[in-house]
Amino acid sequence: MTRTNVALLVLIACVAALPLFGDAYALRLGTMACMYAIFALSWNIVGGFAGYPSFATAAFFGLGAYTTGILMNKGVPLTLSLLGSLILCLLLAAALGAVLLRLRGHYFAIASLSLVEVFRELVNNATDLTGGGMGLNIPLVSGSSVLSDATFFFYAMWGLLLLTALVVIAVSVSKLGFGLNCIRQNETASNMVGLNSTLYKAIAFGLSACFVGAAGGLYAAWVHYIDPSDVFDILYSVKPIVMALMGGLGSPLGVVCGAFVYLGLEEVVWRNYIQIHSGVLGVLIILLLLFLPHGLISLHVGKIWRGLTGRKAKHV
Amino acid sequence: MSKPGHEILHLSNVSRHFSGLKALSDVSLSVNKGEVVGLIGPNGAGKTTLVNTICGVTPASSGVVTFDGRDITRIKTYQSARLGLSRTFQIVQPFAEYSALDNVAAAALFSQRGESLKSAREAARAHLAFVGLDAQADQSAATLTLAMRKRLELAKALAMKPKLLFLDEVNAGLNSAEVERATKLIHQLAADGITIVMIEHLMKVVLNVCTRIAVLHNGRLIADGAPRDIIKDPAVVDAYLGQQYAQRNAARG
Repeated sequence: MTRTNVALLVLIACVAALPLFGDAYALRLGTMACMYAIFALSWNIVGGFAGYPSFATAAFFGLGAYTTGILMNKGVPLTLSLLGSLILCLLLAAALGAVLLRLRGHYFAIASLSLVEVFRELVNNATDLTGGGMGLNIPLVSGSSVLSDATFFFYAMWGLLLLTALVVIAVSVSKLGFGLNCIRQNETASNMVGLNSTLYKAIAFGLSACFVGAAGGLYAAWVHYIDPSDVFDILYSVKPIVMALMGGLGSPLGVVCGAFVYLGLEEVVWRNYIQIHSGVLGVLIILLLLFLPHGLISLHVGKIWRGLTGRKAKHV
Repeated sequence: MSKPGHEILHLSNVSRHFSGLKALSDVSLSVNKGEVVGLIGPNGAGKTTLVNTICGVTPASSGVVTFDGRDITRIKTYQSARLGLSRTFQIVQPFAEYSALDNVAAAALFSQRGESLKSAREAARAHLAFVGLDAQADQSAATLTLAMRKRLELAKALAMKPKLLFLDEVNAGLNSAEVERATKLIHQLAADGITIVMIEHLMKVVLNVCTRIAVLHNGRLIADGAPRDIIKDPAVVDAYLGQQYAQRNAARG
């Protein structure tokens, strides 16, 4: 296990201490932070390792949210519903990935973006199942008090983040991760050395969708009400990319830091500049990317790493 | 291992067109085990397309390719790599961010069954040493010189334990000392019994290394035979070698 991966797990462990000294607002923020980190880590598998800029995060977030929502309305317990979301997103994304990931660059980006629209329209039109544009109410899970509810969902999202991080770390040190890195660097050469790139890309796309789907399910149970324009919001696709770029493309620790910093910025800017918050946030992001093109990870971890080992920090 | 002289690759009436352009028409060719076949011809003759067609990058539009008794006409690139067809690229294709060692390890890892990252890296070291890149093992491929990258390509191809090795202009862009070094490596490989098909423009190298020469012109095979017959063949002189080369050659004897 590399030093950065240990640092990532330590960081996630620290986040778990939040309920000890946080109120309901802090817990809400913490839950969002974990959700964003799940997005960023997931996107990193296909965008950072394999180098395919996916805009499909919102598609699988929404799909996961609706799957859990519908299952819970049919009386299925939360854990099983989440598992349903996870498995459905894994399989569907792998199948779609085998087709979509034959496109490269901008073409793939647009195709993945269209998934969001397609899924939203499907949900909009399947009125009997999803309630269509009216949205879907989801039964309460714990619901004793505001604080215990917030604590429950915080730990649920945190647990999912931990699971995502462990899987991503496992991928990054495995043959799969090695192969995905090969694909990003040179897909022609990858095929030529005997790597089944279609299979690898499909697995990567499936893995990048399943935890997002489960996070969508948790989100639905958490907010009790979802509608298509909320969970299929294209911003859920864009944010993970910004987080990954801010944190350091390809590095699991980097993208999680990116997610936390992004949420912090979003929250601070939103509080102080309610009228022009998107504009201010946009400027901040551009400044960050301009002055830190390789992300936060290049700032401290890279230097410390080099200082300690005399080697160039390797993004795994 | 099968006996020398046994046919390892056979192409019958292979054609490949890119919409209107006929890049290969009716090419029939066979390669026997242990041979070093030179594939020559003018630019745009279809030499690289022929290699791409055999390896499954651009499958044949018609015709049949068999390798080791197996029909591989419609095979995928990664499958052909696992069967033991490996190649180097004319325009080198390294994994730029990876070290030289990991480049070669990738080739060993994905082409061989049951290889782990660790064992692949060990195997990679031996291949890097063979091509003389052991000192650069930890350098990223992007920082290597062209000559080194060409040798890296060769090490990658060898890590795939090829039964048939295609060398696509390994000498293009190298200076004469580097060419000599590369030629020596090819000799060594041929001596080890690897069947080689090499695309090459340097006639000196072709004549030095090859046991047989095939000539492509406008997508057609116009000659196929022993080197000393080929360089006198009027069709080849016309299409590729040029009168000057033929005269100089005749004068020399």
